[in-house]
Amino acid sequence: MYGGSSVSAGRRALLGAGAGAAAAAFFGGSGRAFAEIEALERAIAEFGGEAGMAGGRGPLSLTLPRIAENGNSVALSFSVESPMTAEDHIESVVILAPENPYVRIATFHFTPMSGTAKAATRMRLARTQDVIALARTGDGRRYRAQERVEVTIGGCGG
Amino acid sequence: MAARVRAKIPESVTVGEVFTIRTLVSHRMESGLREHADGRLVPRDIINRFEATFEGERVFAVDIEPGIAANPFLEFTARIEKAGTLVLSWTDDAGEVTTYTQGIALA
Repeated sequence: MYGGSSVSAGRRALLGAGAGAAAAAFFGGSGRAFAEIEALERAIAEFGGEAGMAGGRGPLSLTLPRIAENGNSVALSFSVESPMTAEDHIESVVILAPENPYVRIATFHFTPMSGTAKAATRMRLARTQDVIALARTGDGRRYRAQERVEVTIGGCGG
Repeated sequence: MAARVRAKIPESVTVGEVFTIRTLVSHRMESGLREHADGRLVPRDIINRFEATFEGERVFAVDIEPGIAANPFLEFTARIEKAGTLVLSWTDDAGEVTTYTQGIALA
C-alpha cells in the first residue's frame, strides 16, 4: 500500500527528532502503523504520472519559506503562467509533501474564470523536506517544481 | 459545521480585470492521526473541499487533505465579464456545507 521502509525511516526520524514536534503531534506520535499513508509514487501516478514532465518547471513557480519555525502552519503559494483561455489554461495543480503521513496536501482546480493559475494557502509540514508542485494543462502538458523547507523547533526551548 | 468564515472580495471590478479573493474558515482540521493522552485516536474531521462559483459557473475549487493547516486560508483570483453573485462553499467530512455569498458589481 505504501513504501514501507522509506516511510518507517521517515517516521522514526519524526518521532526521534525534536524538530517539527508540534506538527508531528497532528500526524501522530505513537507506534501506530500508517496503514493508509499515500506513497509519493501513487500521488504522482494519480495526477497523470511523471511522463511529459521532462520540461521541468516551465511556467510553474512554487514559493515556500526556506526555514519554517512552526511546521503547523507554513505559507505556500504557487503561480503557473498561462493565458487561461478556454483553449489554453491550467486545469489543476497538486501539492505533495513526501515526508508527511499524507503526501497529498491539496489539489487546486482552475478554469478560465480563475483569471490566473495562482493560489496561496498554509500547509502542515511534519519535518524538513522537498515540497513538490505538479501542474497540468487542459491538453495534458505537465510541469513539476519543488522547494526545500527546513522545519525547526519554534518558540521556547529551541 | 457552522464554521466561521471570512472573505475579502472586492465589491466592484472592471470587466475582465483579474482580482484577488482571500478566504479564511475556522476549523481544527483534525488529521485523524493525533492521539488523546490515553492513546485513543482523535477522529479525522476536516474541511475537504472548497468551491467558488460565479453566477453558477465554477471559478476555482480545491480538494483539501489533512495536510492543510488548521483554519484553512485560501487566496486565489477571478475574472468576470458581468456583474453577479459569487458563492464560496466549504464542505466538511460529514458533508456539511458552509457558504458565503457576495455580489460583485461592474465598475
